[in-house]
Amino acid sequence: MNRSIIISSVLHLLLILVTAMSLPFLAKKPLDIPPIVSVELIQIAEKTNIPFAPKAKKIIEKVKEKEKKLVSEQAPPKKVKKTKTKTVVSVEQNEKVDNKTPEAVPLPEKTVKKIETKKENKQNPDKLDEEVKQVSEFEKKEFVDLDNIAKLIDKAKIESADEIKKNNDITQDQDRNIENTGLTLSEEDALKAQIFGCWSIPLGLPYNENLLVRIKLMLEPDGSVTKTEILDHARMNKPGQAFYKVLAESALRAVKLCQPLRVPTTGYERWKELQLNFDAREMLEG
Amino acid sequence: MKKKFIILFLILIFPLKVFALIEVDITRGNLNPLPLAVSPLAIDEQSRNEFKKIIKKENIGSEISSIVENNLKTSGLFNPLNKDAFLQAPEIANLKPRFEDWSLIKAQALITGKVTFIDEKLRVEFRLWDVLAAKEIMALAFTTVPNNWRRVGHIISDKVYERLTGEKGYFDTRIIYVAEEGPKTQRKKRLAIMDQDGANNKFLTLGNELVLTPRFNPTSQMVTYLSYFKNLPRVYLLDIETGTQEVVGDFPGMTFAPRFSPDGKKIIMSFAKDGKSDIYTMDLENRIVDRITNHPSIDTSPSYSPNGKFIAFNSDRSGYQQIYIMKSDGSDVKRISFGNGIYGTPVWSPRGDLIAFTKLHKGKFYIGVMRTDGKGERLLTENYYQEAPSWSPNGRVLIFYRETKTNSDGEGFSAKLWSIDLTGYNERLVTTQTDASDPSWSSLLSN
Repeated sequence: MNRSIIISSVLHLLLILVTAMSLPFLAKKPLDIPPIVSVELIQIAEKTNIPFAPKAKKIIEKVKEKEKKLVSEQAPPKKVKKTKTKTVVSVEQNEKVDNKTPEAVPLPEKTVKKIETKKENKQNPDKLDEEVKQVSEFEKKEFVDLDNIAKLIDKAKIESADEIKKNNDITQDQDRNIENTGLTLSEEDALKAQIFGCWSIPLGLPYNENLLVRIKLMLEPDGSVTKTEILDHARMNKPGQAFYKVLAESALRAVKLCQPLRVPTTGYERWKELQLNFDAREMLEG
Repeated sequence: MKKKFIILFLILIFPLKVFALIEVDITRGNLNPLPLAVSPLAIDEQSRNEFKKIIKKENIGSEISSIVENNLKTSGLFNPLNKDAFLQAPEIANLKPRFEDWSLIKAQALITGKVTFIDEKLRVEFRLWDVLAAKEIMALAFTTVPNNWRRVGHIISDKVYERLTGEKGYFDTRIIYVAEEGPKTQRKKRLAIMDQDGANNKFLTLGNELVLTPRFNPTSQMVTYLSYFKNLPRVYLLDIETGTQEVVGDFPGMTFAPRFSPDGKKIIMSFAKDGKSDIYTMDLENRIVDRITNHPSIDTSPSYSPNGKFIAFNSDRSGYQQIYIMKSDGSDVKRISFGNGIYGTPVWSPRGDLIAFTKLHKGKFYIGVMRTDGKGERLLTENYYQEAPSWSPNGRVLIFYRETKTNSDGEGFSAKLWSIDLTGYNERLVTTQTDASDPSWSSLLSN
């Protein structure tokens, strides 16, 4: 009896353990997506940015190196050690350097500004507070204006908070969207906008009938359609379903007319099969 | 037991990661007319000569395709492409269209066909193609007497319309109306009938008597109208096919707007009796008159719902003229119009979902539609004076008449027929030989 209970308990524990280990939500990595997710929203609209990414990386590294050099020139090495990371002050310094010695930075201004904003995004507002204080205590008599720093801190706090909030919102929205459709909002919007233009809605359809046409597409990486399948195909040939047939045919025409579809440039495995749900009720109701 | 446990264990060990199919909802599209190509119908030389002798037309194939093209264009739902852009000759297109050529000119549908003269008859064969799908979606042939060639064009239009929109067409129909001539104070009014595109106009009365409100029977080519004979209003029945006419009855006092019931067996109208204007029905078989409303107010313009169970009418029982509905026995009267202004001439759509009406508000006349519960009021067109909407048999288009303002010299007055579809964007003047008012649309002739 006891033996059975023990075996049962062990097996139960094993089961629970295995279940816990294999549950997808536990296996999922914690949400530590950096604010960079927001960039994904404009990925399609700003395709031209992609080829420049490696260049940008080099530029960032160069600028970082220069910043280090500049900081070491202006402040004693000890104090620099105290400041754990580059702070708002360092950004300000960088701006000053830009103003003073523009020839020292072999980059267009715009690029430098972009890099700066990225740095701000990565900063933690709580840390900023301490770090700025440290620097200000050290340099207050020499060249630091307290009022300016206070203003700068406030501004940095607000900006960082706004940025974090914004990024959080986008991330959640993005997540939900990806869960639902597998496409980002921008990807989905691009596809929708394209099909909206191709789909001539048959205006004679009744608005108060359930006319939803679901079409499954097989796609090539370039967005061309290799196969279309009406999921409720049986309904097409049923008597009294003339409106459905008309709507289905118009949807098929729209897909053919729109080829190649505006699909994402990456993640082909994700969208090689796609389902389009055509519903004209909203338009027909006026 | 052991097996079950192993299976369960394996399921837990290897949880399946299933990716859902990506779904994208398309809830919007464009409302542009569908671009389609109407290729002239092919015709051989011998047939062409035969038809030229009979109907005095150079190329009947082109004539029929022009009728189809014109019908589809006026519907506002199709955009027939310019024939100059066609790359394929009609004779070849009729056999096997080269879809690349037609999609090149942005056609999404293509109509081809041929006309032949067989046994003194006209035979028209036509095919409808889906250009993008590269397949034939309809093929029909009609045989008739050569003089019926215009109707063949209308029937083809109806078939194409139905295949591409899902609802029946309205091209093989006629319109009866009151043809008006002369100065405003001395108008000569005659009953006239024409095809819905204005062709084949005929006058049915001589103009000696005043004629008003002709209405088609929804089930046949019978018309009821009101005429004043020796200043007495009479309700007439006229069979368009045979030309026979009969008096339904003399009615004392003012009588208005007789209209058929959906089964064509009754006439519903309003007339003044005992100092009140109420709604009555008359059974056309036994001529028994039934009173439907009994109210001290003025109840006029009754119109049956397509299933015959309800009647829409206008009444001033609330102080202003508004639209009401009631059961066909006169019970359960309910007001449905509550907007600003005066509402009149309600007409129930053949589809049963809408009621068309005329509205007077701040000195302007509107033609509009509302749902049968009075909600969703939409004003389709506004003008100085317009009224009497009548539905096309598919409930998609309204025809009505519009009068222009007379200038200070008493000139410039005119009355014309206009049509407008439910979108409110496709408003067109219906060409008539004379001034025209009080139109009524017939049901499909080919039914």
